Amino acid sequence: MTDVPTPAAPGAGCALLQTRRLSVDFGGLHALDQLSFEVRESEIVSVIGPNGAGKTTLFNAITATVEASAGDIVFEGQSLLGLDPNRVTQRGIARTFQNVRLFANMSVLENVMVSQHCRTKQHAFGALLYTRAFRREEAEIRRRAEEILGFFGTRLIGYRMDQPAFTLSYANRRRLEIARAMATQPKLILLDEPVAGMNPVESAELTGLIGRLRDEWGFAIVVIEHDMGVVREVSDRVVVLDHGVKIAEGDYADVASDPQVIEAYLGQGTGGK
Amino acid sequence: MTGSASVAGSAVPTRPEALSAPPRPAFSHDWRRIARIGAIAALGQMFIALSNMPVRLDERLVVKPVLSLGYLVLLFLPVAVGYRHGHQTVREGVPVSRPGLHEVVGGFSCGLLAGGGLSVLAVLLAHFDLREPLVNWSPILLDLLAFGNNTWFAAVIWLVIGAGLGAAGGAVRLLGPVSRRAVVTMALAVAGAAVLESLVVDLAEGMGLEALADRLYARRGGVNWNSALGLAGVCGVLAVIGRGRLRHARLRHAELQGTKRTRANAALIALTAAALIVLPLFAGKLTNELLANVGLFVLLALGLNVVVGLAGILDLGYVAFFAVGSYCAAVLTAATSPRITPEMPWLVALVVVVVITGLVGLFIGAPVIRMRGDYLAIVTLGFGEIIRLLFLSDWLSGWFGGAQGITKIPAAGIFGLTEVSGTDPRRVFYLVLVFCALAVYVSWRLERSRLGRAWMAVREDETVAEAMGINTVNVKLMAFVVGAVLGSFSGAIFAAKVGSVFPASFLILVSIVILVVVIFGGMGNIVGVIAGAAVLIGVLGGPKQPGLLVEFSEFKLLIYGALLIWMMLARPAGLIPSVRRTRELHQHEMAQDAWLQGQVDDEDEGKEARSSTAAARR
Ligand SMILES: Nc1ncnc2c1ncn2[C@@H]1O[C@H](COP(=O)(O)OP(=O)(O)OP(=O)(O)O)[C@@H](O)[C@H]1O
Ligand SMILES: [Mg+2]
Repeated sequence: MTDVPTPAAPGAGCALLQTRRLSVDFGGLHALDQLSFEVRESEIVSVIGPNGAGKTTLFNAITATVEASAGDIVFEGQSLLGLDPNRVTQRGIARTFQNVRLFANMSVLENVMVSQHCRTKQHAFGALLYTRAFRREEAEIRRRAEEILGFFGTRLIGYRMDQPAFTLSYANRRRLEIARAMATQPKLILLDEPVAGMNPVESAELTGLIGRLRDEWGFAIVVIEHDMGVVREVSDRVVVLDHGVKIAEGDYADVASDPQVIEAYLGQGTGGK
Repeated sequence: MTGSASVAGSAVPTRPEALSAPPRPAFSHDWRRIARIGAIAALGQMFIALSNMPVRLDERLVVKPVLSLGYLVLLFLPVAVGYRHGHQTVREGVPVSRPGLHEVVGGFSCGLLAGGGLSVLAVLLAHFDLREPLVNWSPILLDLLAFGNNTWFAAVIWLVIGAGLGAAGGAVRLLGPVSRRAVVTMALAVAGAAVLESLVVDLAEGMGLEALADRLYARRGGVNWNSALGLAGVCGVLAVIGRGRLRHARLRHAELQGTKRTRANAALIALTAAALIVLPLFAGKLTNELLANVGLFVLLALGLNVVVGLAGILDLGYVAFFAVGSYCAAVLTAATSPRITPEMPWLVALVVVVVITGLVGLFIGAPVIRMRGDYLAIVTLGFGEIIRLLFLSDWLSGWFGGAQGITKIPAAGIFGLTEVSGTDPRRVFYLVLVFCALAVYVSWRLERSRLGRAWMAVREDETVAEAMGINTVNVKLMAFVVGAVLGSFSGAIFAAKVGSVFPASFLILVSIVILVVVIFGGMGNIVGVIAGAAVLIGVLGGPKQPGLLVEFSEFKLLIYGALLIWMMLARPAGLIPSVRRTRELHQHEMAQDAWLQGQVDDEDEGKEARSSTAAARR
């Protein structure tokens, strides 16, 4: 199990994010067990695995939502361990949530505006004195928010911008989550099942968007996905987890034909395709 | 059928077709409902009678010579239940029964039961002596209930009164909207005129309208019965003429956009400001005192609103900052302060007060803010008490005078122009007004800033806010500090106004009252909070300050409690709710409604855009 790969010997600087023998325990349960993997700049990595494999836990550990019990997480050469979640976001890692968690009563636009918090700096005094710097920054926040929402075509702009987020359709909520992540101006985006619950058309559309996120915005992306079609479409590399352990890694074709992977999925009797 | 029709759309049941006229349900009475409402009202009546309100308030005439305030409190409930009985929860797709004779019959029955409560009480009063646990169990009460006659008269007359009032309450439902409005306005006008007598007289004198006041009110208090009729008539007519005007104006205002809207708002604000500046000139000492007290609480409530309403931190110890502000101002300005006597001018002291209170806010906030929800509320409650006990303690009595407090605090000098002290409440009010305006400005600006959005996000979902890069601890601390500073303004003015500070002025009750004001008025809404303070503090009075209903001051907390319960049942988002807060409370229902009305976002662009925007702007 512990074949300590640390693949593609890090040509220093190439690896944007590295987890080194990362473990997360919940009581007796090893949700992640000595997981080592890396994401390079402008790379799209898919993380797949049966339900309960520890995929979301991996995201939670990276974003400091849960505490790692052993190992290290290194982002741009610096360890993220011990940071508060907001500091991790400030370093440049943004995420979406598997169970969509928008600020439901804030408008679509406000959701995106508030997510630029860590990239802006006007504080109370600027607001109270209504300084030029404050007004300029507000305008800039707004402009940027509209630009980001515009990335999703006509889905989120126009009258919808001013509607509370809870009135959005399911697919649009997922889009807004991504918009919010983009607004934090990250280097790396973690997408947790971005197309879950979407119909094939929407899902195909979003798959295209994920590619554009990398090409046009330059983000590195880690995406958790159950839909193998999407995985094949978007990923440069696929990492397969099972019971918190990495059982395979490589490009889609290699992974899909890996007997261990097939075993993991078929053994479950549910899940994969 | 396009490919983008949403998945969810096909899974949900079809929308109900437009409802045709509902079939009129057969005439029937829900006797269990009547019995329940009646029984509750009967218990309520007994409770009110035994709370001693009727006896205490019997002296106070409302309409001379027929009605005293004491009897009025006993008449209110039967009418209310008679009316309430006919209330139906309106559900989508379920036919609503038309009003008819059954409203009267139902109201009659409910009122009969409510009156019956007093009948039973009268009989019990006559035959048992329960004075031991129930201190107000007295022959005087019996005498009052019997209108001076014997017990059996009391038993019968209250059944009759109850039934009659209940039937009248039910009959109101039979009236068309116009006449109903007229009737309600008439009743409210007379009750208002009677209850607000002191204010009306005071204002009338200020404006040189004594003659009118004399005509309206009898010498020993109470509205003359013929003036009452006249007033009711005038108000009834006005109500009919003015019907719908207000709503119309509000709708028109809501439809305004862009600069027009800004201009309308500016005009409204200017008008309000002008009224607030001019009004005290015509008001007597009493009214100005009242206005000053309301202002102090508005200031406190606005401060707490930043903490509770904007950032969503339930602070039950807000009085701490009021206390710190008062004590700091006292120590810095009074010559008699026990330890140090810098005797600063008030305005200079205010700067120091702000700094110190801000630091205290940080100091208290830092440990507290890391907690969430209920824990946080409990801990703030504790800190509120700790601050008061510190001021009371022997340990610090060398600084703050222990239970004796600090007295002889000088008036607040404003740039040598005027001296503001409690002897001239008008000046106090103007000073408070300035700071209230400041507090309104601060809340309004901050709410629409980067910080305000962060507060909103924290209130919605702290974990996600944190994950979106918001330093939730800092942001919440900031709310705490802003709240503390606004509270300290109120404290500093309070010290100069009253001229002395004691630990007993800063009981936990003050925190509770401020919180009640905020909740009652409408959390997160500036106008709502101000309205809440005006109604609660102005009419009922603050923890120590008398309100307009001086007579009720003994029963203030009882009424506070009753009002709060009613509010939570009827309008959980407050008197003038914040749109956003209402959404938070009713999110699911609103989503449902939007769907029923076909306004939910279902992916077909443009078509429904207009109707949806209209709905969103509600
Ligand atoms: N906060 C927690 N406390 C205790 N156990 C947890 C917690 N979070 C996750 N787990 C457990 O850790 C294991 C991994 O969960 P995780 O959510 O990471 O799975 P996943 O791979 O994301 O699955 P899915 O595909 O269903 O989303 C599961 O057995 C889960 O029950
Ligand atoms: Mg998961």
